[in-house]
Amino acid sequence: MITVSRWRIILVVLATLYGLLFTLPNLLPQSVRDSLPGFLPKQTLNLGLDLQGGSYLLYEVDTAALRTELLTNLVEDTRTTLREASIDFTGLGVVNGEVNVRINDATKVEQATKLLRTSLGAAMATGARDVTVSTAPDQRIRVAYVAQALDAQSAKAVDQSIEVIRRRIDELGTKEPDIRRQGTNRISIAAPGESDPKKLQAIVGQTAKLTFQMVDETADIAQAQQGRVPPGSILVPGDDFQPFYVIKRRALVTGEMLTDASGGFNSQTGRPVVNFRFNGQGAKRFADATAQNVGKRFAIVLDNKVISAPSINEPITGGSGQISGNFTTESANNLAILLRAGALPAPLTIQEQQTVSAELGADAIRAGAVSLIIGGLAIIVFIVLAYGLFGVFAALALVVNVLLILGIMSMTQATLTFPGIAGLILTLAVAVDANVLIYERVRDEAHAGRTPIMALEHGYSRALVSILDANITSAISAIIMFQFGSGPIRGFAWTLLIGVVTSVFTAVVITQVLIGWWFRATKPKSLPIE
Amino acid sequence: MKWPLIRILPREFHIDFVRLAPFAAIISALLVLGSIGSFVAQGLNFGIDFVGGTAIEVRTKGPVPLGELRAAVPAAGGHDAQVQGFGRPDTAIVRFRTEGNAFQAAEQVKQKLAVKFPGMEFKPPVVVGPKVSGELMSGGFMALGIALVLMLGYIWFRFQLQFGLGAVVAVFHDIVLTLGLLSITQIEFSMTSIAALLTVIGYSMNEKVITFDRLRENLRKYKTTPLREVINKSENERLSRTLITGSTAILALAGAMFLGGPVLFPLVSTMVFGIVIGTYSSVYVALPIILLWGVKRNDEPAEPLKPASVRP
Repeated sequence: MITVSRWRIILVVLATLYGLLFTLPNLLPQSVRDSLPGFLPKQTLNLGLDLQGGSYLLYEVDTAALRTELLTNLVEDTRTTLREASIDFTGLGVVNGEVNVRINDATKVEQATKLLRTSLGAAMATGARDVTVSTAPDQRIRVAYVAQALDAQSAKAVDQSIEVIRRRIDELGTKEPDIRRQGTNRISIAAPGESDPKKLQAIVGQTAKLTFQMVDETADIAQAQQGRVPPGSILVPGDDFQPFYVIKRRALVTGEMLTDASGGFNSQTGRPVVNFRFNGQGAKRFADATAQNVGKRFAIVLDNKVISAPSINEPITGGSGQISGNFTTESANNLAILLRAGALPAPLTIQEQQTVSAELGADAIRAGAVSLIIGGLAIIVFIVLAYGLFGVFAALALVVNVLLILGIMSMTQATLTFPGIAGLILTLAVAVDANVLIYERVRDEAHAGRTPIMALEHGYSRALVSILDANITSAISAIIMFQFGSGPIRGFAWTLLIGVVTSVFTAVVITQVLIGWWFRATKPKSLPIE
Repeated sequence: MKWPLIRILPREFHIDFVRLAPFAAIISALLVLGSIGSFVAQGLNFGIDFVGGTAIEVRTKGPVPLGELRAAVPAAGGHDAQVQGFGRPDTAIVRFRTEGNAFQAAEQVKQKLAVKFPGMEFKPPVVVGPKVSGELMSGGFMALGIALVLMLGYIWFRFQLQFGLGAVVAVFHDIVLTLGLLSITQIEFSMTSIAALLTVIGYSMNEKVITFDRLRENLRKYKTTPLREVINKSENERLSRTLITGSTAILALAGAMFLGGPVLFPLVSTMVFGIVIGTYSSVYVALPIILLWGVKRNDEPAEPLKPASVRP
């Protein structure tokens, strides 16, 4: 304890320098920050929307596209149902927002109607089915969605979109965005600070619907471009390698079956790729499909565009794979984020882009800042009054603690909100608790008759048990909340975790070094807190 | 010399904490019942963050007087007003929560604002959804639940099962009382309240572990002393620390509570309440559970005691 080891001193000095270095940019004006040499950190604290405003995007969920998709699916379901029952039909298609089909055999119309009624659509909350099946003249059957069901689907799509957007923005770090439904089918997104609206748009606006589909090698692309696409296949735009592809409609595997995705590099070409892993179902389906189609090509389709179409050299059974395409490192990482967060249920179109000012008024922010500085000072004054010289040591440790917290928050670009600052003040109070525990222990030991040096030695080592137990408990809850929480909960947990780590370090190690120096310099007969 | 002040504080107090436990139990039970009662009767006053509201884009001739507008919206009948500059200096977006017919209420707010700010133009009001979505809430509760279970596990591992259960029950007690306070005072329950609640839980957990730590140590030290007396002794030894830490925390927040203005007051007063309750529940919820349950004493390895560390 008294022989302060060299590595400890080095650690304390490095930590203090680190805190200073990373906190300093916050105190410098923008012009000075810009002129700093490149190796110095320039990032400042990322203040929340409540403190500094940010950029605002308004999106509209394309419910028309959603309806079209629902109807397309209904057509396919009708086709499958009738085929499986061996009922011949013609003229299957969408007419006036309804699926329309003509049954060839007049005697089978009734049977087909009943069959479609039971097998199509799903039950709604009211108990009624969400599609109606009715007969029309000329042996025709009409299948239509109930208006209510379409509205419910649209509303669900908006809600799902909000969650997907939140997950995507969460992947960018603790940004604490403000995401709300506006009206019936619009979503407003505000993100704090100079968060690049372009980057935000790249993350938010893409549907990111990923599918793996077989390439239809028998089809003639030139013919398909003139509208003669074989049934069961579709023509989609492609990559640099081949401008158009004809692919099978049926998806082998979809994006929902991915469990993980990350940006990386191909080990042979060194080019950016996206690595992914399937869940159990996806892995099995992909393995089966590749085993049946060795030598053929499959297309990796993102938002109805082929991004690459590799040949299957051998069955892929490992459940993981790699998407290569025309990626940059950034676009590979972005796609990985999108795949992890999931696809949007319907396309989004941007309506408006604005900047917004802080949610709180300047006077409220000023009052808050003043009162919080007073709070910080109150801690320091109180601890110095209570513990004298040792209180000064604790106060110094506290200052380094603040620098470290602000430095790490600047570095990791965690978002600091108004409630976050109040939480920070309480973190500091708990950090002081560590010193109180140590000093009270030292006091006990000294009163039990130990020499100052032994009292310090024992006080520190015994208090450390309590301090570690308490802080490990806090760290556990912070890690869990960061891992499983979303949005502001994650931000809160991250700040808490930073505070726990820096508090233990500063309250224990820094005061120990300071007291060690003081002890060697003065060789005291008794301790100031006895 | 009386400085540092710590010299005034006795090192060990002689208060019979355990004797007061039955009274504390009655008080706790009443407070919990009161909280639940208020919760059932009037619930929480969920703010615009949770229930959504109405947004109107306004435009003024000159730059928007944001401060005045912020003050004027509540006076015009819009609750939880949020006013933000929007794109241009002369444009702002006003969000507020209304009661009853949202459309009529919004019209009323518009009319009153039009009187107060002549020349103000309004875009048609739109409904805005809550900032806190269902998934955010359920995810948050799940995270909190898992965190509590793991904390229980850690305390079980470091101490004994009854310590972990005592801590979790006490933290639940704190959560219920804090929510009770928010329900009785009908303070707007916002995203900020969640932050306050999480802070309260963190502080309370910290208190519990510190409490248990001293108890465990004394249980090893005084192997034959009845549990009741060991608890009393531990709490008396710990009291000076509890007083200093508690006052530090409250002092730190007092500034924000009285000078922080209407924005910080609900948040900070909730935190201060939580600190008091968290300290109380360590002594009078967590420890009594352990006292009633009993502890295993003899299978713990005896701590090698040196004569000097034995208290007189």
